[in-house]
Amino acid sequence: MGEAIVVTSGKGGVGKTTTSANLGTALALLGKKVCMVDTDIGLRNLDVVMGLENRIIYDLIDVAEGRCRLNQALIKDKRFDELYMLPAAQTKDKQDVSPEQVKDMILELKKDFDYVVIDCPAGIEHGFRNAIAGADRAIVVTTPENAAVRDADRVIGLLEKEQIASKIIINRIRQNMVKSGEMLDIDEICQVLAVDLLGIVPDDEKVIKAANSGEPTVMDPSSRAAIAYRNIARRILGDMVPLMLLDEKAGAFKRFRKFLGIG
Amino acid sequence: MTEKQHIMIKGVKEGLVFLLDDKCEFAVLLDELQYKLEKTHQQLLTGPLVHVHVKLGTRQLDEDDKERIKSVIRSQGNLMVQSIDSSAAAQDGIATPAGPHVITGMVRSGQTIEHDGDLLLAGDVNPGGTILCSGDIYVMGALRGVAHAGVNGRTDVIIAASLMRPTQLRIADIISRPPEEWMSGDAAMEFAYLYEGSMQIDKMTQLFRLRNNPIKV
Repeated sequence: MGEAIVVTSGKGGVGKTTTSANLGTALALLGKKVCMVDTDIGLRNLDVVMGLENRIIYDLIDVAEGRCRLNQALIKDKRFDELYMLPAAQTKDKQDVSPEQVKDMILELKKDFDYVVIDCPAGIEHGFRNAIAGADRAIVVTTPENAAVRDADRVIGLLEKEQIASKIIINRIRQNMVKSGEMLDIDEICQVLAVDLLGIVPDDEKVIKAANSGEPTVMDPSSRAAIAYRNIARRILGDMVPLMLLDEKAGAFKRFRKFLGIG
Repeated sequence: MTEKQHIMIKGVKEGLVFLLDDKCEFAVLLDELQYKLEKTHQQLLTGPLVHVHVKLGTRQLDEDDKERIKSVIRSQGNLMVQSIDSSAAAQDGIATPAGPHVITGMVRSGQTIEHDGDLLLAGDVNPGGTILCSGDIYVMGALRGVAHAGVNGRTDVIIAASLMRPTQLRIADIISRPPEEWMSGDAAMEFAYLYEGSMQIDKMTQLFRLRNNPIKV
């Protein structure tokens, strides 16, 4: 029996889909059998970021409405041994599937996969309830902005109510802005949210480039964000990995790569 | 008696007025009353018949307790109880609760805690979180959200927090946003209270000046 992890944030645009895609891929790179589920019905993106858009035949709604079996709707990512995704429907609405239906699907997927990574839509409405229905634990993505931290706090509260433990990822950190005091720093965010920090991801232009080309960032080991996502994936597996050094000095970065054995 | 006196006896034209403290335990009050009449104020008892008016402050007593006060006073031959009153302000019937209600946990954005009486929260209140309370609010943690004490209109309540960083404070119908001068900057526990209709912040060590009910050992 695998584990279902929902990636959520409340606020839009903080990097839920990017995080889902990269963590799914990173876990697959570490040899795990992974299925990513896009629950953002009507605004699906995960397939685009993964570069699997043109391979969709059936989607989550088709499964829910019984037009196909669950494993017919799964798309295998050929770049990896054991990475699959269940795409969301683009033409339907979030109300067209119920939390119970999603929960059943996740339960079935958990039988076959080590990890089920659920990409949650923005907001805390029906789509959010769908996404968290089958989740065992949650990753709350936030950025070092007050608005994102507020929404993350709200979402953590809602998850606590459902008794889903959450950890946070702080995405898109710009070290020079943190240093000059223009951006919230990591300690400040952790103090307010009072949950475990799963990882930090530096702001990296390569992420945008990778998303546009349909290649998840983690596949490019020269990207700092890729290292960050790999670290997070290892932490999910239970490894102790120290937090990434954010200073942009080449020295620190090289030391880090050396530490990981990829430099 | 070295501790604070709970009973003041005043002479007025029509007799004596006993002003009884309204914060201390009722039993303490009765003991002190008896002690005063028997030990320290014997001079009152030697003389003609005197009418006594008892003022209870905001304390609300039932008939049994009133009768106990009467019997203590009456046991001194020449005193006659004319009246026992509570002040009108407390007639709204807010009973003094035994102690604050304790809640453990974080009040996150979008969450609201409501309580009738005093409330002690062991945890933080995050921005977007709200505490509504008819009595005092004590936050053993960071207060970053909104706290409203005295929601039913009481103005004698306080909001205390280990780390006072609220988005907004409200006591009764006074609303106040934290201007810079509130922020002491250090990590001392602080409390907010109303003084002449405006919100004030002070260090916790100053609370005794406001409350004036010392600890009885």
